[in-house]
Amino acid sequence: MSDFEPKIIAFCCQYCAYNAADTAGSMRLQYTPNVEIVLIPCSGRFDVILALKALESGADGVYVAGCLEGGCHFLDGNIRARKRVVYLQNELKKIGLEPERLAMVNVSASQGPQFAAYVDEFAGVVKGLGPSPIKKHLAA
Amino acid sequence: MIICERKPIDEIKSFIDGKKKVLLVGCRGCVTVCNAGGTKEVEILAALLRLDAQKDGKELTVDEFTLERQCDPEYVDELADLVSKGYDAILSMACSVGPQFLSRRYPKERVYPSLNTCFIGGALAHGVWAEHCQACGNCVIHIYGGLCPVSRCSKSIMNGPCGGSSNGVCEISKEVECVWHLIASKFMDEGRLAEFAPIQPIKDWSKSRDGGPRKIVREELVK
Repeated sequence: MSDFEPKIIAFCCQYCAYNAADTAGSMRLQYTPNVEIVLIPCSGRFDVILALKALESGADGVYVAGCLEGGCHFLDGNIRARKRVVYLQNELKKIGLEPERLAMVNVSASQGPQFAAYVDEFAGVVKGLGPSPIKKHLAA
Repeated sequence: MIICERKPIDEIKSFIDGKKKVLLVGCRGCVTVCNAGGTKEVEILAALLRLDAQKDGKELTVDEFTLERQCDPEYVDELADLVSKGYDAILSMACSVGPQFLSRRYPKERVYPSLNTCFIGGALAHGVWAEHCQACGNCVIHIYGGLCPVSRCSKSIMNGPCGGSSNGVCEISKEVECVWHLIASKFMDEGRLAEFAPIQPIKDWSKSRDGGPRKIVREELVK
């Protein structure tokens, strides 16, 4: 499984995490290329459907990146997003999928290094879990 | 509205075990408002069921459709073309009226409920619902300051409070408000305690569930 390269979808808030990814780029920071970033207007826009569709399409991991708690442009979008992530983690557990394939992180726009470090850390977790069992079905 | 919640996923999975083609039917009525069985919840459950099957390498098709209401025959008729495609199971995401109407309209189909019908209530906050009516068939809330002792008192007593009321909560749980405390407080706050004091006669329960299943016929509406 050492050659396994996970496909990770990251739903990033335009006010923080998306800019943090830009900051990481401006700083020439290296991080895993396994992540595909999807811009959302606020982490509060994240919906469990988005993560389910990503998983159904063969994503090995999904994470949501929102502003630091207390720093949401829309007051509590990130708090709501985290609740949805926890809800879906429980649902995934119930159907026997590893809840660790879904995660949430809070970063500010200036935290490029933290963003890069988190991407590497999450990719490591997903690599450890191995390919999503859904992929086998899609390949069949 | 009628408040429902989704059955545990394991129970729903047991309904469709071994089946390959499933139709999941939502309802745009009460269960959409209480976030239990609308278009979105149908989409979520369908995705979870598909993921569950795919993870185990099982073949499963889950088609989704949400009706305007499942408790009116004219809307249930709209499923006819879809049902004719042939499904191993139909999962209804409505209150228990839904699967009954689907079963009656499509008697050859195997129809299963995906929700548990919990109570008639309202939203206290987004995501929080509480029981406010027990459909006793003879509303008397005007006597009790606009509060319903039938549904909101654990013992449905019509002359309260009982000895189990303590600091505004019911003896059965600290999470349950004593409605009789609320009724008495409201009358006291409004200076209408004299109206509260009279002992209420025995309630007429003849219109409640005791007489068996109920039915209303409005002749002016019947074709």
